[in-house]
Amino acid sequence: MIKFEHVSKVYTDGFKAVDSVNFKIPEGEFLVLIGPSGSGKSTTMKMINRMIPHTNGTISIDGKDITKLNPSELRRNIGYVIQQIGLFPHYTIEKNIAIVPELKGWDKEKIQARVKELLIMVDLDPEIFGKRYPKELSGGQQQRVGVARALASDPRVLLMDEPFGALDPITRDQLQDQLISLQRKLKKTIVFVTHDMDEALKLGDRIAIMKDGNLIQIDTPEKILQEPASTFVEEFIGKDRIIQNPELMPVVSVMTTKVVTALLDLTPEKALLMMRQQKVTSLIIVDENDERFIGLISAYELIKKVNSIQLIEEIMRIPEHTLTDAATAKDAIMMMPNVKYGVIPVLNEAKKVVGIVTRGTLLTALSSQWTELEGINE
Amino acid sequence: MNNLNIWEQFMQQAEMRWSEVIAATSVHIQLVFFSMLIAIVLGIGLGILITRVPKLTTIVLGGAGIMQTIPSLALLGFMIPIFGIGVNTAIAALFLYSLLPIIRNTYTGIKDVNKATVEAAKGMGMTSLQVLLKVELPLAIPMIMAGVRTAAVINVGTATLAAFIGAGGLGDFIFLGITRGIDGLILLGAIPAALLAIILEIFFTYLERWTTPEGLK
Repeated sequence: MIKFEHVSKVYTDGFKAVDSVNFKIPEGEFLVLIGPSGSGKSTTMKMINRMIPHTNGTISIDGKDITKLNPSELRRNIGYVIQQIGLFPHYTIEKNIAIVPELKGWDKEKIQARVKELLIMVDLDPEIFGKRYPKELSGGQQQRVGVARALASDPRVLLMDEPFGALDPITRDQLQDQLISLQRKLKKTIVFVTHDMDEALKLGDRIAIMKDGNLIQIDTPEKILQEPASTFVEEFIGKDRIIQNPELMPVVSVMTTKVVTALLDLTPEKALLMMRQQKVTSLIIVDENDERFIGLISAYELIKKVNSIQLIEEIMRIPEHTLTDAATAKDAIMMMPNVKYGVIPVLNEAKKVVGIVTRGTLLTALSSQWTELEGINE
Repeated sequence: MNNLNIWEQFMQQAEMRWSEVIAATSVHIQLVFFSMLIAIVLGIGLGILITRVPKLTTIVLGGAGIMQTIPSLALLGFMIPIFGIGVNTAIAALFLYSLLPIIRNTYTGIKDVNKATVEAAKGMGMTSLQVLLKVELPLAIPMIMAGVRTAAVINVGTATLAAFIGAGGLGDFIFLGITRGIDGLILLGAIPAALLAIILEIFFTYLERWTTPEGLK
């Protein structure tokens, strides 16, 4: 765990780059530091490995004050990736990756095996790339090596300073995806600096927003989008961000709780009447004892068959398409085309229906975001 | 003697003095070798020092620059009160004269190393000395070698003036040729000196290529 307690960076001319910042980064968290240029986000990150020494307060890693550690020793145990990559041009790719293990005095076989493993991990064939020099690689390939090099001695903490900022959008996207899948396996504590909100939302477990050396808000992406702490945060994330990121909208925000439930012993005629009165196009059938979801009846099918069936059970569907209440709006959007009659029940842990998503509720929820946006622009 | 053209004079002198030429060339090479040796060691050292202590940069580069502006013959003269007449004075003066290109190129070579490479090196936990030895110096080598080559070539030419303070070398023939009015004798000093400069130039070009790290070529 990394802990900042009243940490400031004041330069000799009195300029406060970072102003009494407090936060904790739990083990295994991917924290994104974001903010406009000059906000102190890079400085905050670089204080962790003492590339920039802090002037006040305490930074500790796993309870140890970093100023008590030898800076070189500290840095060898923290992975470091920078935007300009900084591979050694006079070292082969293999040697570049082996730098930290060599500094740590690992034996040759262990280093060789590790280098190979890392190259494979970042999708570069060791046979092809191992003996090449950095200038023979594309920018994207070079930064893959940069990431491999930072991971070489298996540090628990990884610092990344706008690592994908200089890459073209397609390569950037690929490397972001790769980093996400790497992090799923490795569970490092990552501090990632960016000025790109999309990148922050995509990668971060939590996002820390900084401005003028102050920490404005530190929260999960969902929380930041839904409850921005100030108008600055709101403006910084951009008004339309939430519609562009339906994966960050909880499914409960696009469903309706207006659900009409019934029991299985209902006659078809009564069911039709019920739907007409309640102005709904589907009935949710639940278990009479514990109200668990059993199935779904669609008004369209019922109208067609109302005279030919005895029990509603005959036309009841047991939809394979349901969502849990922890799902996101994106899950609902992705599922919708495969769902007959366009109704997705949303179930809680006890399998009770908490609401339904229909094409109508989706459209209403998403378009309300747009109309809000338009209203603000006017 | 005046009936002979310059080439005939040169051939005649060469035939008469070839053993002296070899001896003088050997002295000349020694002057260049020892002055360069000291200049390389001190020049690279000072070059590294001023990248680490910025306050000294102006003083050192300025000082070496002033040395360069002193006419070479005058510099040789200034050295006489300190080292007397002879080889030591010549080596001291030639050394001072060769210093600037080496210091300047070492300094620029290290300063020109990509900042990101140095930042990455520090960020990975290299000590300042490791950064210097493993990153900065290897990457500055082509530049440093170019400085050494420039200094060596200038040095060979300037070393001919050492004859004026009694240090010997190929300058002896030039000096003698001028005082006696024998053009061929001047050539007898000038041609081996020029050849020496060309050989050094070629030698250092190869050395530069050979010492340049693979990934930079």
